[in-house]
Amino acid sequence: MSHLHLPTPISKKFFTPGVIVLSVIALNGIIFLLGRFFFGIGSVTNLNDQFPWGIWIGLDVAAGVALAAGGFTTAALGHIMHRDKYETVIRPALLTAMLGYTFVATGVFVDIGRWYYIWHPLVMWNGNSALFEVGICVMIYVSVLYIEFLPIVTERFIDKVNLPGFLSRFNKIIDRLLRALDRGLSKTMFVFIIAGVVLSCLHQSSLGTLMIIAGPKMHPLWQTPILPLLFLLSAFSVGFPMVIAESLSASRSFGLKPETEVLSSLSKFIAPLLGIYLIGKLGDMVIRETFVYLAEINSISIMFGIEIIIGVIVPLRMFLSPEVRKSPTGLFIASMLVIFGVVMNRFNNFVTAYNPPYAVESYFPSFGEISVTLGFVAIEILMYRLFVMIFPVISIPSTKANIKTKYAIRGVAK
Amino acid sequence: MSQNRRDFLKTIAVIGASGTALSTVTPKKIKAAPENIISNERKGVLVDTTVCIGCRKCEWACKGAHDIEQGNYEDYQNDKSFETNRRPSAKSLTVVNQYFTEETPATIKLQCMHCDHPACVSACIVGAFTKVENGSVIWDTNKCIGCRYCMVACPFQVPSFEYEKALDPKIAKCDFCYERTKVGKLPACIEICPVEAMTYGKREDLILEAKRRIKNYPDRYYDHIFGEYEVGGTSWLYIAQKDLVSSVFPKLGNNPAPGVSESIQHGLFAYFVPPIAVYALLGGIMWLSKDRETKKENK
Repeated sequence: MSHLHLPTPISKKFFTPGVIVLSVIALNGIIFLLGRFFFGIGSVTNLNDQFPWGIWIGLDVAAGVALAAGGFTTAALGHIMHRDKYETVIRPALLTAMLGYTFVATGVFVDIGRWYYIWHPLVMWNGNSALFEVGICVMIYVSVLYIEFLPIVTERFIDKVNLPGFLSRFNKIIDRLLRALDRGLSKTMFVFIIAGVVLSCLHQSSLGTLMIIAGPKMHPLWQTPILPLLFLLSAFSVGFPMVIAESLSASRSFGLKPETEVLSSLSKFIAPLLGIYLIGKLGDMVIRETFVYLAEINSISIMFGIEIIIGVIVPLRMFLSPEVRKSPTGLFIASMLVIFGVVMNRFNNFVTAYNPPYAVESYFPSFGEISVTLGFVAIEILMYRLFVMIFPVISIPSTKANIKTKYAIRGVAK
Repeated sequence: MSQNRRDFLKTIAVIGASGTALSTVTPKKIKAAPENIISNERKGVLVDTTVCIGCRKCEWACKGAHDIEQGNYEDYQNDKSFETNRRPSAKSLTVVNQYFTEETPATIKLQCMHCDHPACVSACIVGAFTKVENGSVIWDTNKCIGCRYCMVACPFQVPSFEYEKALDPKIAKCDFCYERTKVGKLPACIEICPVEAMTYGKREDLILEAKRRIKNYPDRYYDHIFGEYEVGGTSWLYIAQKDLVSSVFPKLGNNPAPGVSESIQHGLFAYFVPPIAVYALLGGIMWLSKDRETKKENK
């Protein structure tokens, strides 16, 4: 390797004009969120007995889970297949997944009517329920993500614990604790890494099983018994685009040189993955003969068209082109299209396709619902910024050679 | 010595007793999925819509039986409510709607159908729904987390949610007057019906009765018992002058409402073999590719 990349906390000013805009969006979301807790779900959302699930489930949870797929796909590539050159992107992807899943859990928490009973699925099991499976897997996976992040915390604070005032007497104890944790984790981390990938595959697919029980309420363009497979395949194909888009935005935001070399070789995997997903999607359509619904031009068929053409076929073609894969702009646009496509797909599955038999009017999210969703996204970006400034997540060129080559999760250190 | 032997026997007895106790208690306690008893003795209701006069006394009585503000019965006696196609809700667990046959308007009472294989029971994340032995599908307020997946799942679009409540919102639906039938009373709507449009009894007897009526009065009834086979059978059965499907009920087919979701779910998790196999496979790949980079360098 010609130049060394070392994960380092970014030292930049936290508040920039962009951060202030995000804070305003976040605050607006929080205000509506408070309304939901004080006056009920009905006071903030447009949900009713006909449409029990809206964008809080369709976007915050379903799309959120998919977009956090960068965590397990890069872990599989970097740690399980040991492609060491991708290690610079593993930590950012891990952080994105960790924050993403935290917000998925928060999204569930605000959407359920009896939020104080959110712990119930831990003790009250219903093995027949797809939702139960998703719930349990996500809960375990969030814990696994936090464990996977712990080595980054120990790396940051070992020898650097410096509590203010009278708390300083705990410095030594905490340091020793961190060291013990670090030693233990470096030997057992592989258990959690594999578990993370298995859990992800399980709940990404079960998320697709969720809407199957809605039966004829769901439009045939989306209602298919292979939904679990399609959800898993689309999660696979959105993982790397998320990593690329997020790495490019971060390097732009912090004024760093984009890691084009790593990202463009990572992007080689995307076209084949998207291709497999497209084959599944179109093959299913041919076998079930649902293409007849595309003949009638209405909001349903238009949404389906956008999802497939702009969200899958266009980026698939883009990722096949070497010029696109070499340019940061091309990579960014193509990646954003894949992300858009998967978000559309989740939205379509959970919102567009859902048409109950006695619907009087169709569902459109209220201003409050949209505010909360945007607020969550804003808070997540702000948290990401905060985390990469505190913890060594983003790799920047370094002259220091790190001799510690413990476990791969520590990042590139050769 | 004898003392010891008695102690020994006592211990054995205690172990044996606790074993028996465990075997009787544990299956109930650790059962993962909620119960779904399809008893041959299960009750049902035969609704003969040709008899119903649309007096809406059943709506009034239902509210009384479920502690819902019911108001004066006189207020129910106007035809205004027939102008809109109402749905059961938290404020009225059953509603009477008007629909049109060829000659005359007819009225039909709607409420939870109490499916034999309920989608809500299958879907509920915490098992708050139960199909009990007498046919009722009931909901447990102490389990429900308010996720509303039951509403997504129900093919008849029945469960309702109290969206306006910040604390303790309920999933509301007809519970077949479980509290009343438990003590031998009739469901409130059936007890009050002045024209006996509804017959309460063993489900299989009701089907025989429905068939008899259809056979004896072919001019009066359309030859179909709604609920006999729909979504795998429901406890509430309807006979009417014309086909109720599409004018009143959605077209649903005869497969149980949980559909293929349960088989997919159990396929993906069959005895945890698939997840463990994936885990082993990934572990193997991880182990084999461990020296990948060093090998490359040595070449």
